[in-house]
Amino acid sequence: MTASIDIRALSRTFHDIKALDRIDLHVEAGEYCVLLGPSGCGKTTLLNIIGGFADPTRGDVRIGGRSMVGVPAAHRPTTTVFQDYALFPHMRLLDNVAFGLRMRKVAKGPREDRARRMLDLVGLPGAEGKSPGELSGGQRQRVALARALAVEPDVLLLDEPLGALDLNLRRSMQEELKAIQRRVGATFVHVTHDQEEAMAIADRIVVMNAGRIEDEGGPERVYRRPRTRFAAAFLGEMNFIDGHMADGRAITALGPLPIGERAASGSAVTVCIRPEQLGPGHAHRVGNATVTETMFQGAHRRARVVPENAKDIELLARLPVGTKASVGDTVPLSVDLDAVTLLDEGAGR
Amino acid sequence: MTRFAVCAGYMVLLYGFIFLPVAVLVLFSFQDGRFPIPPFRGFTLRWHAEILADDALVAALFNSLLVAVVSSAMALLLGFLAARAVASGRLPGAPAIRGMLTAPLSVSYLVIGLGLLASFNMAGLGLSLGTVAIGHIVINTPLCFAICLAALGEPQLSAERAARDLGAGEIGVMALVTAPMIMPALVAAFLLSVTFSWDEFIIAFLLSRFDVTLPVEIWSLLRSGLNPKTNAIGSLVFVLSAVAILAVELAVLRRK
Repeated sequence: MTASIDIRALSRTFHDIKALDRIDLHVEAGEYCVLLGPSGCGKTTLLNIIGGFADPTRGDVRIGGRSMVGVPAAHRPTTTVFQDYALFPHMRLLDNVAFGLRMRKVAKGPREDRARRMLDLVGLPGAEGKSPGELSGGQRQRVALARALAVEPDVLLLDEPLGALDLNLRRSMQEELKAIQRRVGATFVHVTHDQEEAMAIADRIVVMNAGRIEDEGGPERVYRRPRTRFAAAFLGEMNFIDGHMADGRAITALGPLPIGERAASGSAVTVCIRPEQLGPGHAHRVGNATVTETMFQGAHRRARVVPENAKDIELLARLPVGTKASVGDTVPLSVDLDAVTLLDEGAGR
Repeated sequence: MTRFAVCAGYMVLLYGFIFLPVAVLVLFSFQDGRFPIPPFRGFTLRWHAEILADDALVAALFNSLLVAVVSSAMALLLGFLAARAVASGRLPGAPAIRGMLTAPLSVSYLVIGLGLLASFNMAGLGLSLGTVAIGHIVINTPLCFAICLAALGEPQLSAERAARDLGAGEIGVMALVTAPMIMPALVAAFLLSVTFSWDEFIIAFLLSRFDVTLPVEIWSLLRSGLNPKTNAIGSLVFVLSAVAILAVELAVLRRK
């Protein structure tokens, strides 16, 4: 029904290019894990290796404790929802969904019953007689999901499954994916480059870049306390301010920020402040700033500001919608110090 | 208006050019006389009755049918398998293999026939319908390969990947996914092969002995002079082919 995934020292090189470089990753059984990163970061290669569509150059993949190296895709406890869905165009939906069971020699009656239940589960009841050509993109996506789940895989792999859908459909499918994952209980590994999608559905986010894991953990932790500069920037907008530590304070262009003994005195650090932790109304005042650009975003106003005591840096801040703030205006600036992340020199570029 | 007249006239001429020989052939198969040449003397079914009573001709017709169907099925199977391997993208040297497999399309049937004759002699293999069928497999495999390869692309590869992921073995992948997905191309390749085999003369002539195919039998009839009987065979074969092609087109159209 479900199984853990253990990846140890996994590397994959294509003609001297390291697509994956000594990856170590553990995914608990029943977890919803999202591999997040820009294109070319190795996330799809990693998914292909777990699914059995590519071989690692070195290292091991274990699913439920069993090594999968050399095991063909057909014999792995995994199934995949492909980016292009890869439905069988010449088969009815029922036969598409029942295909895996047919390959497992399940008799026609039970397998068609199960295929019907899977179509119900993904919200396509009564569509069993249609052909894939009659469906919209979102419906094809659902059939691909039903087909992959019909064989009750321990691990379901999803390769940018929502990439081709429009934004509203994508958001509602995210909720559904999460609900379906809770119902079937299998381990889901989902590849995406959409950080909002990752945060919305993941139990564990794995941020990847250039064949390595930059950060890994629960979405809240990875968002609020990223471990590397790359992870901090990739998961949403972030202000990076360079400085150094002195007596529990970070000395920066914004002035000294008393953030506690999180790094050794004298060491160079980068202070990371999310735009929502910067603006009027936070606990620690850092002086005034001049607005250079603003954009209304419904719930808040996103603004670029230049602090009065550091005219050479521009920061992203959030202003409440009520504030009168046009370009050229001065606004008070303050920081929520508890939510600030401190990266020391070693933490990535 | 004149433009329309010119176009229509051109069309009539073109169709006339293509179909006049067939029309003349069919017309003189009903010739009431000993020679299938003008003037047309009257209507008779005598020649048609005579060919149906001619055991050698009827046997040759069935031989042709057998050779055409068996050799085309084999050529299609070989061509399909080769095309799949080349299209998979995993084969080193695939472009070279593709070139080697399609090159025989440009070799004359006479050369292929003579080469096979020499090879069979060397191998001590007696000539029969089987050797004719082998000859037709040789000429039709490149054709089937080329047609199948043109039909295989990314959609097939990704559906095959999905089938394997769901537990299908290679034979299951081919039989349940790849072949049904490119069925129109497979039907087209098979029928084209049947057509080529059906009226192929040189190879059939060189590689057969006692049992012969229809073109060879017709050729031996022609040696004893022109006869409305040959026209009758020709029109019969023409009607059969026309019915077959019509049936296939209807089947393919209905599918769409």
